[in-house]
Amino acid sequence: MIPEIGHFALILALCVALVQGSLPIYGAAVGNSALMSVAKPAARTQFLLVLTAFGCLAYAFADKDFSVLYVAATSNSQLPLHYRLAAIWGAHEGSLLLWTFILTIWMFAVTLFSAHLPEATRSRILGVMGLVSVGFLLFMLSVSNPFERLIPAAPDGRDLNPLLQDPGMVIHPPMLYMGYVGFSVAFAFAIAALLGGNLDAAWARWSRPWTTVAWCFLTIGIAMGSGWAYYELGWGGWWFWDPVENASFMPWLAGTALVHSLAVTDKRGGFKVWTVLLAIMAFSLSLLGTFLVRSGVLTSVHAFATDPKRGLFILVFLAIVIGGSLALYAWRAPKVGLGGSFAMLSREGMLLANNVLLVAAMGSVLLGTLYPLFLDALDLGKISVGPPYFDSVFVPLMVPAIFLMGIGPLAQWKKASVPDLAKRLKWAFGVSLVSALTLPIVLGSWTPLLSLGLLLAIWIVTTSAVGLRERLAHVNGNSLVERLASVPRSYWGMLVAHCGIAVFIVGVTMVKGFESEKDVRMNVGETASIGDYTFRFDGAQDVVGPNYTAARGAFHVSRDGRETTVLYPEKRRYPVQNQVMTEAAIDPGLLRDLYVSLGEPLDDGAWSVRLYHKPFIDWIWGGCFIMALGGALAISDRRYRLAWRKQEPAVPVPTRAARRKVA
Amino acid sequence: MNRFLLPLSIFVVVVGFLGIGLTLNPREIPSPLVGKAVPDFSQPQLYDREKVLSPADLKGKVWLLNFWASWCNGCKTEHPVLMELAKSGEVPIYGMDYKDQQDEAMAWLRRWGNPYPIVGVDEAGRVGINFGVYGVPETYVIDKQGVIRYKQIGPLDPDTVAKKIIPLVKQLESQ
Repeated sequence: MIPEIGHFALILALCVALVQGSLPIYGAAVGNSALMSVAKPAARTQFLLVLTAFGCLAYAFADKDFSVLYVAATSNSQLPLHYRLAAIWGAHEGSLLLWTFILTIWMFAVTLFSAHLPEATRSRILGVMGLVSVGFLLFMLSVSNPFERLIPAAPDGRDLNPLLQDPGMVIHPPMLYMGYVGFSVAFAFAIAALLGGNLDAAWARWSRPWTTVAWCFLTIGIAMGSGWAYYELGWGGWWFWDPVENASFMPWLAGTALVHSLAVTDKRGGFKVWTVLLAIMAFSLSLLGTFLVRSGVLTSVHAFATDPKRGLFILVFLAIVIGGSLALYAWRAPKVGLGGSFAMLSREGMLLANNVLLVAAMGSVLLGTLYPLFLDALDLGKISVGPPYFDSVFVPLMVPAIFLMGIGPLAQWKKASVPDLAKRLKWAFGVSLVSALTLPIVLGSWTPLLSLGLLLAIWIVTTSAVGLRERLAHVNGNSLVERLASVPRSYWGMLVAHCGIAVFIVGVTMVKGFESEKDVRMNVGETASIGDYTFRFDGAQDVVGPNYTAARGAFHVSRDGRETTVLYPEKRRYPVQNQVMTEAAIDPGLLRDLYVSLGEPLDDGAWSVRLYHKPFIDWIWGGCFIMALGGALAISDRRYRLAWRKQEPAVPVPTRAARRKVA
Repeated sequence: MNRFLLPLSIFVVVVGFLGIGLTLNPREIPSPLVGKAVPDFSQPQLYDREKVLSPADLKGKVWLLNFWASWCNGCKTEHPVLMELAKSGEVPIYGMDYKDQQDEAMAWLRRWGNPYPIVGVDEAGRVGINFGVYGVPETYVIDKQGVIRYKQIGPLDPDTVAKKIIPLVKQLESQ
C-alpha cells in the first residue's frame, strides 16, 4: 500500500508540475496576476508531494519491503539501516527521485526567499523550474519507476553494491545533487530574465546568492566523491578523470565562471549576455552529466545499469531543455545590449580572461570526455582518453588563470595601470618566487612542477595578504580587530575561497612531488619501510561484519623506533553479490597520510600488501572545504541579509490582495 | 554567422553525436585475439578429471568456447540462450568453468541444465589469462583451423546469436 501511495504522489506531482510550468509563465507573458499567483502554492504542493513519495520509498527500504523491485535490487535484509536508507540513491530510479526531490526543495526555497522579487519574475522562475521537474517526473513515471512491484516478492534483496556501503556514500550524492540541481535556480533566473527581457543588475544580485550556495554544495560534493574514491577503491588515487567525475567537474568549472561573471554584472552591469550563457551552461552541463552517467554511452568505473530507452528519453529531454534555452538565448540575447565599456587591463578585463580560461578548461574536459564517443561514432576506432591528456591540457590553462586570480582583486574597475599594480605586488611576487625556488630544495627534491605549484599557491596567499592590508587601510575603526570586523563578509569570503585554492594546490603539488608507494609481499612479522615509517605485519585474522566476512590485517607502524599507530586494513567479502572489497586503512594527518591496503593472500599467512606515504594529501580536500567555506561567508554578507529583512515586511498581505483585485 | 547562434550550433552537433553514441556499445572491445590461433590449453574435464579438454582434439570442427562460473550472475542470464543454441545443434559449445568450485559448478549445471558436451575446469584462471578474459561470461567462436573468429564479452543474447553467431558459424562451416 505504501509504495502505491508514493507512486500516486508522483503522478499528482506531475499534474501539479504541469500546471506550475504553464499557467504562471503564460500569466507573466499576458500580465494576468491571478495566473501568476498559482506558481507559489503549486511549487509548495509539488514539494510536499515529492516529499511524500521520497518518504514512501524510504519507508519501503526501512521496512525491507522486497515486493518493491527497486528495494529488492539494491538492499538486503542483512544491510544495516543507515545503508538501507542510503540505498535509496544507490541506483538509477532512486537517484532520479532524489534529483527531483532536491529540485522541489530548491523550488520551495525560492518560494520562501523571493518576497522581494517582482511577481512576474518569480512566476517565470518557478514556472521554468516546474518545467524541468515535469521532465524528471515523466522520466520516472515512464521508464524508471522506483515503486514498481515485484510479485511474488523476493525472499531477500540482491544487496547494495558493496562499493557504496560506506559513510561517504550516504552524504556524497545528496551534496552533489544539491549542487547540480541548485544551478537550476540560476538557470531559471536566466531564462526568466530572457523571457521578460530585463537583464539588469538587480537580476544578477538576486541570482548571486543562489548560485553561490549551489556552488558550495557542488564543491563539497565533488570533494567527498574524490575522498571516497581515495579510501574506498584502494588505489590511493584521488582523481581519475573518469567520465563520471568529469561530469561533475564540468558544471563546477562553468559554475565557478558564473559566480565571477555574476559579480561583474552585479557591480558594473557588464557581461550580461555572457552571464546568461554561463547560467544556461552550468545547468546544461549538470543535465549532460546526468545523461552521461545514466545512459551508458561512455564506459566508466561507475558501473550503473544502463538501458537504451532511458538514454533516449534523457537525450530528448536534454535536446528540449538545452536546445530550447539556447534558442531563446540566440533570439533574445542580441537585444540585451552591452554593459559599460572597460579597458582590457582592468578588473573586468581580468575577470573576463579568467572566465575564458575556466570555460576553455571546461571545454577541454568536455572534449576529452566525449572524444572516445566521437571517434566511435565516426567509426575511427576505440580509444580511451586518460589522465595524460587531461593533465597536459588542464595545467597550462590553470596556471595563467591562477596568476590572474592574484592580480584581479587588486585591480581597479574599468581601468588599471601596470606600474601601479607592479608597485603594489612586487613584494608578493618576490616572496612567492624566492620561496617557490628554495622550498623544494629545503624539502629535498627540486623539480620544475614542484616549484610551479608552490609558486602559484604562495602567490595566491601573498596577493590575498596585500589585498587585505590595503582594504584594512580604507575601512573605519580604531583597533585592528575593529577594522578586521568592518571588512565586508563577501570580501572575506573571496579571500577564504581563493586561499582554499592555494591549500588545494599545495596538496596536489606535494602529493605529486613526494608521494611514495610500495608493493610488497609480507610474511607475518616482516617489516617494510616507506617514507620514514616502518610497517610491521602482524598477520591477518578473520572477522565477521553485519553483512560480510573479512580478513583483517594488523600493521604496527613506527618511526624512529617509536610506535605511531596500528592500522587494520581489510579484505572484505560480501556474500550476497559475491564481491570482494578492499578496505584500506589510513592514518590521516595534517602533513601526511599513511595508507595500507591488502592485496591477495599468498602462502603461509603472507599477503601481498600495498603501502603508501602521501604527504599533504588531506590538503586537497581541506582546500575544497575552505573554498566552500568562503562561499558560505560570501552569502552571509550583510547586503543579502538586509535585502531580505527589508523586503519581507515591505509587501504586506492586504496590499497584495488589493493589487490582485486591481489586476 | 550570428555569434549568438554559436552555442546552439555546438549543442546540436554534440546531441547528434550523443544520439549516435546511444546506438553503440562502448563495452564492445575488439579483441586482439580475433584472427589469431586459439591459445593452447589442456585442462581436466569437470565430470571426469582423468580426461582433458584441449583445442587440439577439436581441430576440423567449428566450435564455441564459453567461459562461465556458478558464481556469475551474467551466466545465469545467458544460460537459457546457450541451452537453446545447444538444442538447435547448430554448433557445439564447450564450457570452461572459470575460477569455480567443482561441486558448486556441478550443482549449478544439474539445476539449470547442461548445454556443453564437455566442460573444462580452469580453477586457477590460467586459461582465462591466456584468452584475456575480462570477466565471465565470455564466448569465443573458433574455426576449423583453430583460429578465433569472434569474441563476445558479457552474456550472449538471442539477437546476437541469431544475427552474428549462427551466420558466422554457417560461413565457417562452409569453408
